[in-house]
Amino acid sequence: MAKITLEDVDYVAGLAHLTLNPETREAMARDLGSILEYIDQLERLDTSGVEPMMHVLDVTNVYREDTVGESLSQEDAFKNAPKTDGEYFLVPKILDGE
Amino acid sequence: MEYEPVIGLEVHVEINSRSKVFCACLNNFHSPPNSNVCPVCLGMPGVLPVLNVAMVDASMAVGLALNCTISRWSKMDRKHYFYPDLAKSYQISQYDLPLCHDGYLDIEVDGASKRVGITRAHMEEDTARNTHTIGGGISGVDFNRCGVPLLEIVTEPDIFSADEAFAYLTALKQILEYLNVSDCNMEEGSLRAEPNISVRPKGSTTLGVKTEVKNVASFSGVRKAIEFEIKRQVKALDSGEAVVQETRGWDADRGITVSQRVKESAHDYRYFPDPDLMPVVVDDAWEERIRQSLPELPQARKRRFREDLDLSEYDAGVVGMTKDLADYFDAAVVAGAPAKQAANWITGEILATLAERKSDITACKMKPEALASMIGLIGDGTISGTIAKELLPDLIESGGDPKAIVEERGLVQISDSAELEELAQAIIRDHPGPAQEFRDGNKKAIGFLVGQAMKATKGKGNPKLINQILTDALSQE
Amino acid sequence: MSAELFRLSAHETTARIRSGDTNAREVTESYLAHIESVEPKVDAYLDVWREPARARAEAIDAAIAAGQNPGPLAGVPVAIKDNLCTREGRTTCASKMLENFESPYDATVVEKLDAAGAVLLGKLNLDEFAMGSTNENSAVKVTRNPWDSDRVPGGSSGGAAACLAANEAAFTLGSDTGGSIRLPASFCGCLGMKPTYGRVSRYGLVAFASSLDQIGPFTKDAEDLALILAAIAGKDPRDATSADLPVPDYSSTMRDGVSGSRIGLPKEYFTDALDGEVGKQVDAALQALKGEGAELVEISLPHTEYAIAVYYIICTAEASSNLARFDGVRYGYRHPDAASVEDLYRLSKSEGFGLEVQRRILLGTYVLSSGYYDAYYLKAQKARGLLRRDFDEAFTRCDVIATPTSPTTAYKFGEKMDDPLQMYLGDIFTTSANLAGIPGLSMPCGLASNGMPVGLQLLGKPFDEAALIRTAYAYEKSGAPTLGPAPLG
Ligand SMILES: [Mg+2]
Ligand SMILES: [Zn+2]
Repeated sequence: MAKITLEDVDYVAGLAHLTLNPETREAMARDLGSILEYIDQLERLDTSGVEPMMHVLDVTNVYREDTVGESLSQEDAFKNAPKTDGEYFLVPKILDGE
Repeated sequence: MEYEPVIGLEVHVEINSRSKVFCACLNNFHSPPNSNVCPVCLGMPGVLPVLNVAMVDASMAVGLALNCTISRWSKMDRKHYFYPDLAKSYQISQYDLPLCHDGYLDIEVDGASKRVGITRAHMEEDTARNTHTIGGGISGVDFNRCGVPLLEIVTEPDIFSADEAFAYLTALKQILEYLNVSDCNMEEGSLRAEPNISVRPKGSTTLGVKTEVKNVASFSGVRKAIEFEIKRQVKALDSGEAVVQETRGWDADRGITVSQRVKESAHDYRYFPDPDLMPVVVDDAWEERIRQSLPELPQARKRRFREDLDLSEYDAGVVGMTKDLADYFDAAVVAGAPAKQAANWITGEILATLAERKSDITACKMKPEALASMIGLIGDGTISGTIAKELLPDLIESGGDPKAIVEERGLVQISDSAELEELAQAIIRDHPGPAQEFRDGNKKAIGFLVGQAMKATKGKGNPKLINQILTDALSQE
Repeated sequence: MSAELFRLSAHETTARIRSGDTNAREVTESYLAHIESVEPKVDAYLDVWREPARARAEAIDAAIAAGQNPGPLAGVPVAIKDNLCTREGRTTCASKMLENFESPYDATVVEKLDAAGAVLLGKLNLDEFAMGSTNENSAVKVTRNPWDSDRVPGGSSGGAAACLAANEAAFTLGSDTGGSIRLPASFCGCLGMKPTYGRVSRYGLVAFASSLDQIGPFTKDAEDLALILAAIAGKDPRDATSADLPVPDYSSTMRDGVSGSRIGLPKEYFTDALDGEVGKQVDAALQALKGEGAELVEISLPHTEYAIAVYYIICTAEASSNLARFDGVRYGYRHPDAASVEDLYRLSKSEGFGLEVQRRILLGTYVLSSGYYDAYYLKAQKARGLLRRDFDEAFTRCDVIATPTSPTTAYKFGEKMDDPLQMYLGDIFTTSANLAGIPGLSMPCGLASNGMPVGLQLLGKPFDEAALIRTAYAYEKSGAPTLGPAPLG
């Protein structure tokens, strides 16, 4: 199935919001290609009629009750913020539809 | 060419649970920025979500009220996109297995009933709020709203005009208010409606290319945006241009929609089941428990008001407008007020008085029992309607027992014939003109004389008795 | 002061502290001094919390003096992998992305260690975000194998394995997504257990692959496994995937022996691909268990050949999702030049994440992207069901499954770095347990002729960690060769 082109790498990097430098870009195309080629052996496996396994635990309906607990102090909330005015987390101006 | 619009609506409703949907932070719009945040809703490394059961209950209630099928088995999924208001860069939502699906809502447009199909109603989390008022090329993000429980309700493309969309939204909001699951405040964003609109040649059965309109802050805005978009699309098609599938923003000031260019790949959401959350499995007992907890819904209630209590279409509509009002009315009837009269007082004086004060029935200090008692006092002749109207503002403002107040203030109606006969003679003497008109056969002239008598008694005279005595006096002469 | 307190196991340490033979402060000082001497050669720690550890030890001693019971791990020094969130110090995941991250909360296991009376010594190196099998993917430094400083300690919990093997803590905690506890345990000659998925709360473990990750202990012996697993296991209301099951008293069932116990040997694991030296040591260990009364039965796990493919689809898909949150807005590395939101993401991620992390994000994004989901992710979920079914069937014929932990002993530095696929194939014996959610442990079973430890892997039925601990304990008591201290220990 898989042969990974540079365009594929660019598309996926775009989805993941990563910028790759030119060497990395080629290395990634090569690495992803060989890994996916290995993974493609799964094509041989007949999974018709098999249910996908989403959880290994056969448990359902795990909830919390609607009670209010403690939130973080402002100090803790902003402790790791790269940029803040003490009220908001700051980012470069968000444009409409961005 | 003649075109017809086809419209679908996506409505996001913030559920008014005490805490957020996946963490225990307070769910409150009015808190200072970033004060209702914790590691979970800030998407800190290592945290895990746990679903708030109140969200499932509330979503199921809405689903049942919208005649949906409740999924016996559903799950939470991750929807990926990058935006600063999304703490984890994915939104926990429901993709292919929503909790509620295949329902409908009947609405009324121009007196005709119409059914709008509900495709699905699914559980998700709200995003943070961005503020663009900081300046200096900077935006700020407030995560208080991030993780607030959000129910997304999606209709079939069953809506064919801006008026129908408006009627649907009004009916939906009424139901949500009846269920008390949301504040339904569009200005605060707890209710958000996003129409998608396409047009097609009249008679065609295939759908045209649709646009989705965002940033609409009111129902009337939705109506205007749809009207604008229909005109814009028809104009484009008429001039041979194609309609582009896109998201457009509503510019309320200019009254137009504006294209919001979004990269194609932004819509590759890479949904997959959230491994951190277990499936939601609803059995018959759970569904039945929620069904039993539903209040009488607006349409059923309105029907009962009309059919069982004999209210007019108009009165039933007004009295049933909100659950609080309808509850008030029902309680007054239970307390003994004749339905028709209770409805008249509510739709008339009471709502007018409240409207003047920019408040609603929840602020009315006059208990429904007091309204019933006041109507009783009129009925048994203790006070006149005029006195009742005078009493009303005080009762609404401060409450109290009408009977006690009437007695205390000496407002009991004058039904003493001797006293009223004396008064009648004086009125006839002082207003010879109208008296003569009556004698000459203009029976309507009595109204003026009664009015004068009421004025003279400061409203306390029994108007029926005064009428009788005046008529007798003028006829006997 | 007893100079070699740092050589004691956790259960010996707490017993001696309780008996008044020594105290927590003395034990802590012994470890701190030993760290001082060997750490330059091992480089297992990213941060040593000297003063907080001393203060904590004194508090434990004071509690004991006041007649209180500080818990089952009273005074035992522990160090933890740096992908477990702690209010103390930083939680970096050995990534530039989180180099300054100070967690505002403690992971549930950290709270449990505190409640059990343990003394935290600091945070340990790992492959960046737990992605790797050698520890060479750490963005901070290279941890060395205490048995041979030219060799890797294994990964991704390489720091946790090396730290324990070098006696720089009485026990350590790591995380295992596809073998990240068992592989380094085998490379470094210590015990390491991945509990059943759901046995230990993941709250506060920086997620790599949410459906596979489990936290588990590295210990010096089986008795410590029993003690520590009991202290960290159990339902956590903050982790919806933690199992609501009682935690057995592993220490009391540990001594029940393996007589009559059936040990399954999957034929798919004992093939030519296995290094002869490794096979020899594993065979000897199995014979020792047979000598204790266990019955060896051949079993089949027919879908084993697909495990690596399935694993790398699922773990990268989940990783691409879990790592998307590192955007430089609320915490983490933020590129100074970002002038737009798009730049903020792109530059911060590209500079903040190392190559292996980027590779897995790309692969995971690819297998989830439109048009590929069914062929990769959904297919892998189905194959995962078949792998689990293999184990369910095998466990009708045996109580415990035994395999080598790794086809080889520890690699030399650089040996596998050029070819990510070859590196991934090194996980061949360990990933199935994560996919099936079953418990597994690795225990040392002698040295290969290159002087490097060999690991025996034991796999159990879901939530039957007791059987694994019992088997490991029986092996230790069988008189079969156990390892002496590592040369750097
Ligand atoms: Mg939505
Ligand atoms: Zn929160």
